[in-house]
Amino acid sequence: MLAPVTTEVRPGRRRRTAGSTSATQRSIYPSWFYLPAAALYLVFFAVPTFASFYFSLTRWTLFDTEFIGLENYVQFFSEPQLLQGFVNTLVYGFVTSGAKVVLGLALAVLLTSQLVGRGYLRSVVFFPVLVSTIGVGITFKALLDPFDGVVNTMLAAFGIDGPGWFTDPDQALLTIAAVDVWKGLGIATLIYIAGIVAIPQEYYEAARVDGASRWQQFRSITLPLVQPATATVIILSLIGGLRSFDLIWATTGGGPGFTSDVIGSVIYKQYQAGFYGLSTAGNVILFLVVTAVMVPISILLNRKEVDR
Amino acid sequence: MMSPADRERSTRRHVAVAAAAVPLLVLAGCSSSAADGGATEITFLTSNDAPNPETAEALAEAFEAENPDVRVDVEIRPGGAEGDNLVKTRLSTGEMADVFYYNSGSLLQALNPDSSLVDLSDQEWVGSLTEEFVPVVSTEDGTYGAPLGAAFAGGVVYNRSVYEELGLTVPQTWDEFMANNEKIATEGEGIAPVIQTYGETWTSQLFVLGDFANVLAVDPEWAEQYTAHQRSYAEEPALLGFQHQQEVAEAGYFNEDFPSATFPDGARMIAEGEGAHYPMLSSVVQTIMQNTPDGVDDLGFFALPAAEAEHTQATIWQPNAVYVPASTEGAELEAAKAFVAFVNSAAGCDIQNELLVPAGPYAGTCDLPDDAPPLLDDIQAYVDDGRTANALEFLSPVKGPNLEKVTVEVGSGIRSAEDAAAFYDQDVESQAKQLGLEGW
Amino acid sequence: MRRAGSWIAGLVAVLASVVVFLVPFVFIFLTAAKDPADASRLEFSWPRSWAFGENLTEVLTTRDGIVVRAFVNSAVLTVVSVVIMVILAAMVGYLLQRRRSRLNPIVNFFVLAGLIVPPAVVPTIWVLQRLGLFKTMPGLILIEATFGLSFCILLFRAFVATIPRELDEAAIIDGAGPLRLFFAVILPLLRPVIITVVVVQAVTVFNDFTNPLYFLPGDENATVQLTLYNFQSQMVSQFNLLFMDILLITIPPLVMYIFFNRQIVAGMTSGAVKG
Repeated sequence: MLAPVTTEVRPGRRRRTAGSTSATQRSIYPSWFYLPAAALYLVFFAVPTFASFYFSLTRWTLFDTEFIGLENYVQFFSEPQLLQGFVNTLVYGFVTSGAKVVLGLALAVLLTSQLVGRGYLRSVVFFPVLVSTIGVGITFKALLDPFDGVVNTMLAAFGIDGPGWFTDPDQALLTIAAVDVWKGLGIATLIYIAGIVAIPQEYYEAARVDGASRWQQFRSITLPLVQPATATVIILSLIGGLRSFDLIWATTGGGPGFTSDVIGSVIYKQYQAGFYGLSTAGNVILFLVVTAVMVPISILLNRKEVDR
Repeated sequence: MMSPADRERSTRRHVAVAAAAVPLLVLAGCSSSAADGGATEITFLTSNDAPNPETAEALAEAFEAENPDVRVDVEIRPGGAEGDNLVKTRLSTGEMADVFYYNSGSLLQALNPDSSLVDLSDQEWVGSLTEEFVPVVSTEDGTYGAPLGAAFAGGVVYNRSVYEELGLTVPQTWDEFMANNEKIATEGEGIAPVIQTYGETWTSQLFVLGDFANVLAVDPEWAEQYTAHQRSYAEEPALLGFQHQQEVAEAGYFNEDFPSATFPDGARMIAEGEGAHYPMLSSVVQTIMQNTPDGVDDLGFFALPAAEAEHTQATIWQPNAVYVPASTEGAELEAAKAFVAFVNSAAGCDIQNELLVPAGPYAGTCDLPDDAPPLLDDIQAYVDDGRTANALEFLSPVKGPNLEKVTVEVGSGIRSAEDAAAFYDQDVESQAKQLGLEGW
Repeated sequence: MRRAGSWIAGLVAVLASVVVFLVPFVFIFLTAAKDPADASRLEFSWPRSWAFGENLTEVLTTRDGIVVRAFVNSAVLTVVSVVIMVILAAMVGYLLQRRRSRLNPIVNFFVLAGLIVPPAVVPTIWVLQRLGLFKTMPGLILIEATFGLSFCILLFRAFVATIPRELDEAAIIDGAGPLRLFFAVILPLLRPVIITVVVVQAVTVFNDFTNPLYFLPGDENATVQLTLYNFQSQMVSQFNLLFMDILLITIPPLVMYIFFNRQIVAGMTSGAVKG
């Protein structure tokens, strides 16, 4: 369903092995290899998830539950801040994912070229991945404080009146998205670097012989051949972006007011308020939303790959 | 839903994602060594708000000195909603500490005390509780908690020096309050008339929550009727709280950095006279005692003024309490009960007075120290006059989770008072439905 | 000409990276070295007095060294759960890529579902209690391993595709059974992607706080992320200690990354060459 990350499968090899009978396949590749992972998955993920489908149909206070049918779903959809939450979720998911694709690819191209300080740059881009979300949240709240923060102090030195970042209702969500990109760019770049180094150098040499410019090489070799990496980056970052709430929670808590609320943070607030049934219903809805967005996208990405 | 344990609520947004059952080190391994052979060990769970861990440790130590055969291990949990969740989860899974510290009022009621806690109504100290406090730790079937800490008031904490300099007097009506603000704005030389600190969103709720005693003065039935879905914030008198906040915001009386300022910032500003009024809980004195103790004597308190002077009353928050969960049994139960009693003994009161700086009257046996901050006299005056009422959270289980967000919106000009009140009514509705209340 | 261009591009990139990526780290470091009053202003400035040592000592000794114990707990949690994750996910990814069967679409579906569906906290607690694993380190280890499976399977499946099937066949002809084939032939060849998975997942587990909070409450069990709470008491500003703690708990992932950095890239390249 998902594209390979590092390199693509060469069609020739697959054809050759298609000859092995399923009987030998079965003995060389025994199904029980699935079992240990499946057991963990079943016990710690599938069972609780199915239990939560049931709980989403109850009024649930931890001490007792009462079956109330679809009431939680009705109520979730009547949450006043939900519409904005939906819009914000999509904006956040697509903005962060898009930025990670574009910037990640650009950085990967840069970092696979002959560049001064390449080793240093590769490390430094990855550093933010290593800091915990809490740490990032605390740090950027301090750096982006509208009055005493470093960023606005520096802007003021250039005569620019810095924005309110996390406190400006129009900017809070995009500010968080920017921090999210800062934090997650390293992974996207890493995946792209792996994809780019997997492209055989001969292609570039042939193109150079034909007199192709750098840009032409990028357009006609790098971009199409790095597509599996693009698929992986899009899928991972979009799923992450649509589900994300922890960085939002760590910086604005969905505020000011509800302006940076996403579905994830609405659910979390309900959970915190002790509305377990309601928040579980929200979880199911979030799951459906993410699936509705991801399935067409992953089909599209896979088809593109086959076409090529 | 505001109380000291609650203060963490939005503060710790960043960590709230996480929230932590941060352990207070109790080196479990060493404790049960041979020397103290048959000692009973109990655990005491408190919240991580600054004076609480220290107080808990001091109480445990003093109790152990009096009862050498009992060991008390202190555990720490986060405050705020994260803490609520942790307490509920641990109670419902039977994993609660032997004694725990938690809110009284509707948050306690949400714990199903009849089935999850031990009834303490046969304990000696119960007789000493104030009549305002008993109902907030009781159900029809029992009394479950002993107060730890004093009550506190919600209203306006003001700077006396600023008032003296500008020749102001304590306002009795809302119009007088606004007139004072106007004078501070024009003559105060940069002093902010009203401090707001939306860097921590819970602090934005005081205009509404602190106005509640005034609502009750106009409509004594309001709380019961609200629970029955017969009253709402979209109508007067309750709407006034929202409108007053909007009025102050529109007049531009807030400190410039109100969108990002934090609670400690606000505490510092009021103590140092950078601002004149801070609508806040009187327990802010605890923070001021810690950070800028010189400013404490400068502080005074008045109730948020109602439209009419006769309706102006102070809103009171009853203290949090310590409880024993039903999962505690046998020797541990006896030790836990003894520890709860110790909290309100003479020795326990000394520790409370020393570490938990009272910000209002006590609800049990303890007496205020002689050197209590002057702001307490202002609160006591309201109590003596009978011009107080318990906060809404002690009278009704209904409280929407998003009030602090809505009041931030009102104060920031994102939403009008009327819109905000209507929005909040809707928010409350979802909560009441989750509680399964009648009439919603 | 070209050389000069590369120099300039490199220089610009290095400068930009300093501003964008290093300033926040320098800020953390400087704040961690300040005295409390200085730190509470959260300015980007040189410390008025250099209190790095004092802050370090205070963080390490707070609450009888909870930070130190948390480091031990987090190390155990991270190492064990990542080992489990890597082996189980490699088995699945390998089989998923190698064997065409009707199971594949189902497995693929569950892998994707594992990425998409947000875990349900309270039902998971309930399951853990039934198994007697609630509030235990093994319980949390299994939880972390489970939640990381999907991501790892994806990476492994993609990488296994680059390993020629001829190797499998050769090994089988040499008399290897499926187990030896996997552990002695395939797994070593997966080294590059294993390093990637280990780095990414170790960082994720080490930096996780939600799961430890809910599934391993209790006293002796704090993990490093939870220690941030100690220095977050709002009554007294302790930003210097808070940032010192952030600094400390960022060091292990940083060291690990610097250690593996070359191998991640080198390993990926070699994988590509084989492919």
